[in-house]
Amino acid sequence: MIRNQFLRSIRTGINSLMLHKLRSMLTTLGVLFGTSSVIAMLAIGEGASYQAQEQIKLLGSQNVILRSVKPPDDPNQGNQQSRVLTYGVTDADLERIEQTFPGVRRVVPVRQLQQEVRYSDRTLNPRVLATRPLYQDVTGRLVWEGRFLTEQDELTLNNVCVLGTEVARYLFPLESALGKRVKVGGNYFVVVGTLAPRMPGGEQQQPAGPEVTGEVFIPYETARKRYGKLQVKLRAGSRDMEEVDLHEVIVEVEHAENVPLVADAAREMMDHFHRKRDYEVVVPLELLARAEETKRIFNIVLGSIAGISLLVGGIGIMNVMLATVTERTREIGIRRALGAKRRHIVTQFLVETVCLSVGGGLMGVALGLLIPWVVEVTADMMTIVTPTAPVLAFGISAGIGVLFGIYPAWRAANMDPVEALRHQ
Amino acid sequence: MTLTSETQSDTHGGPRPSAPGSPLPAAANRADGERPAAELEAVERIYRMGSEEVHALDGVTFQVMPGEYWSVMGASGSGKSTLLNVLGCLDRPTAGRYSLAGRDVNTLSDDELSELRSRKLGFIFQSYNLIPQLDVLENIMVPLFYQDDETEPGEERARALAARMGLADRLGHKPAELSGGQQQRVAIARSLVNDPELILADEATGNLDSQTAAEILDLFDELSREGKTIVFVTHESHVAERASHVLRMRDGRIDDVRIQRAAHTRAGGSS
Repeated sequence: MIRNQFLRSIRTGINSLMLHKLRSMLTTLGVLFGTSSVIAMLAIGEGASYQAQEQIKLLGSQNVILRSVKPPDDPNQGNQQSRVLTYGVTDADLERIEQTFPGVRRVVPVRQLQQEVRYSDRTLNPRVLATRPLYQDVTGRLVWEGRFLTEQDELTLNNVCVLGTEVARYLFPLESALGKRVKVGGNYFVVVGTLAPRMPGGEQQQPAGPEVTGEVFIPYETARKRYGKLQVKLRAGSRDMEEVDLHEVIVEVEHAENVPLVADAAREMMDHFHRKRDYEVVVPLELLARAEETKRIFNIVLGSIAGISLLVGGIGIMNVMLATVTERTREIGIRRALGAKRRHIVTQFLVETVCLSVGGGLMGVALGLLIPWVVEVTADMMTIVTPTAPVLAFGISAGIGVLFGIYPAWRAANMDPVEALRHQ
Repeated sequence: MTLTSETQSDTHGGPRPSAPGSPLPAAANRADGERPAAELEAVERIYRMGSEEVHALDGVTFQVMPGEYWSVMGASGSGKSTLLNVLGCLDRPTAGRYSLAGRDVNTLSDDELSELRSRKLGFIFQSYNLIPQLDVLENIMVPLFYQDDETEPGEERARALAARMGLADRLGHKPAELSGGQQQRVAIARSLVNDPELILADEATGNLDSQTAAEILDLFDELSREGKTIVFVTHESHVAERASHVLRMRDGRIDDVRIQRAAHTRAGGSS
């Protein structure tokens, strides 16, 4: 019987709302947009932070990375037509790390060459990285075809190379790259392997052209022998020569908890031996922590915005319900005269308010799930709808209905029946 | 509750001396073991308008016995609306005692009053007061919605009443789709659905043309013949003529009580 009463009050509530379809629709809009914006914003924020975190994780969370940075032009030296600029992480730094740092498992040097890569009539300017076989272990890159560089390649100064996905796909769109001879600068290299894409789903950013930001790996020793340290950059009107020992040193720490210690030691050491700020120490773990923090702030900001929009929606509902109560004063009087108790009146109006807000909430969830999908398809952004977001948003919208329905319902229930009956 | 034939029309307890030939005091009925449907004792209702006190009811005493058909007359402002509100448990007396179906209204909580209204009272208003978003059947059933234990087969009862009011083919219609007379029939069916102790009608024919009004009044006569207890507030004397008792109000007091004929008993006999 109680269940019957409940079902009936829901049905009557919906009937009453249907009496004013446009008004009810407009009233739900506030909650609808509030709910959908909560879900959509959380999904987009979650996607963006996921991407950022994945990129940081690619650097290796147990790694400390030393990078060479071209220092700002020294104004004392003047602007010569051509000069050799020496900067960056040196072989001596590498040696010091390898020999004196405790708790370090592996150290991998990386040199980056300014060389054009060419196969048949296709050329491009990828990052040509000269590194040791350990690079693969430290960064966790996966081989797609063939193999990565080996110790044997280092020893025999082999002219072999491994192509990143983008490069392989650009140079060899239709065939396998394995065994082909690719020209890097002035030398020919045999392709012995290709790498898998960095991120699953990260392959869509592939502009087909020479600007492809791909990678080509060649043995460290081979590069030192074939290309030397001096690199020449030709620019309009001037020739820049740079001498850089190492562009990047990846230090893998044995235990994750020691990462901050190693990072501090590395900073101290570099600070001691380098006068100029021609290096940077990148600690993915720190970046990760910062990304987490950013995400937290982002969530708070989004949460407040969404909360305010839901609040506004709730106030809109309350406003309409107050008007409805006044408009239906006579009906309230009739119902009271026919035996409705205060709680019946409260239930009746509360049910209507909750129907409005839950209806808005449901439509909001639908819209909120649609928006991330549209964003993903059209704006090429990653979005993640966590299962809690719709549940949370819907729960809040229903709660708003109850919260903002209480006062109008209370007003309705406390009307004097005699006055209410007299109301025109 | 069955009535014996001894409980006749002249069993009203008008204490006012103005009631001409009021034969028996109220106590006589109680001696028979008969309980009045409604009983007012020195009921006062005082409104405060700023610093002024308005005595809408000023010491009203009378009894309505089961099966009686009372007509309440009086000029506007005489207190008949207030009297109806008190009788309908919508308003409480400021002083004095009002019992409906043997229960002292002053001692009841708001919820208990509501319960009393949904079980013991039927309301019929001048402007029908149907609920616009409900259809005819639902409108008839509204008083049942608010009874805490819905055990009766209420819907069948409502259908039967609707059929009796000639509304069988209008059950799914909304009030706005009905004529005034039909709406008032729905209201009457609604007032009967809970088998009330007392039916209160407030100018029930005031909004109807004379033809329809006559039909509705015939319906009231019929209900009275079946032994229903009715209090009918009106200002038209031809309406009042049909009642068994006519009560005239003036300035919050009972001016005059006239017994026109014997009341019908519940058994359905007529005088």
